[in-house]
Amino acid sequence: MIHAGLNAYVLLSALLFAIGFFGVLLRKNTLVIFMCLELMLVASTLALVAFSRFNGTLDGNVFVFFILTIAAAEVAVGLAIIVALFRSRRTVQVDELNALKH
Amino acid sequence: MGSFLFDFFAIFTVICAVGTVVNKNAVNAAMCFLLCLVGVAGLFVQLDAYLLAFLLLLVYAGAVVALFLFIIMLLDVQGKSAVSFRRLSTAAAVIAAGLLAVGLCSFAIHGHLDAPNPNYASGVGAALKPYAYQLFTLYLLPVQIMGFLLLIAMLGVIVLSKKIDPAEGAK
Repeated sequence: MIHAGLNAYVLLSALLFAIGFFGVLLRKNTLVIFMCLELMLVASTLALVAFSRFNGTLDGNVFVFFILTIAAAEVAVGLAIIVALFRSRRTVQVDELNALKH
Repeated sequence: MGSFLFDFFAIFTVICAVGTVVNKNAVNAAMCFLLCLVGVAGLFVQLDAYLLAFLLLLVYAGAVVALFLFIIMLLDVQGKSAVSFRRLSTAAAVIAAGLLAVGLCSFAIHGHLDAPNPNYASGVGAALKPYAYQLFTLYLLPVQIMGFLLLIAMLGVIVLSKKIDPAEGAK
């Protein structure tokens, strides 16, 4: 039995996405920015699962399945890039990573 | 009872998400992210997506957050992470995220999202068999591409994390 409506799930998903977006803009630590990006990804998966459940189809769930796979690969590559960046610049703060600033 | 569970997990998830964003210590932020994922997995269970809830816990909470913690400890940037937020960028972040939240919420409230009563629709995500059927018939090509993508990501990570020796790189 489902008691909460589709609107509630989509609102929660939008709120989580906005919180993640806020974190991406606010934080200066690259690792925490990356974590907030993951939060936005999870928020979108929540909306997909809710739509899928309320329409009685499986497509949204399968998409979430793929998104989880993509996210795992993305985290591995992203963290490897951050480690490589730390090796060359000795910092992960975005304020100090200003080589492309004119 | 079900509504109480939804409220509980929703509030829990939002509080942990806010904790992820505002925590100055990166390890604490990762822990809040972990709890947030547990909350989302609880919501998945309420949506009858049991397999996805377990996959979320295994892949995200198990592997991804552990990787994050490992990198945070490897880089050891605790001393530098206490940089105070600049006022201008904070205001810009608040305004941008607030506009996004208001826009999405007004869309969700005023839009016509009223799907048929889910209690009449079958919870197709609850069983494992439909997943296997879909993944090996309709979504067979995406599954193959995903396998190649994982292979490429693995090779990319190995290349990125390999130390390049200047003498060897000149060859």
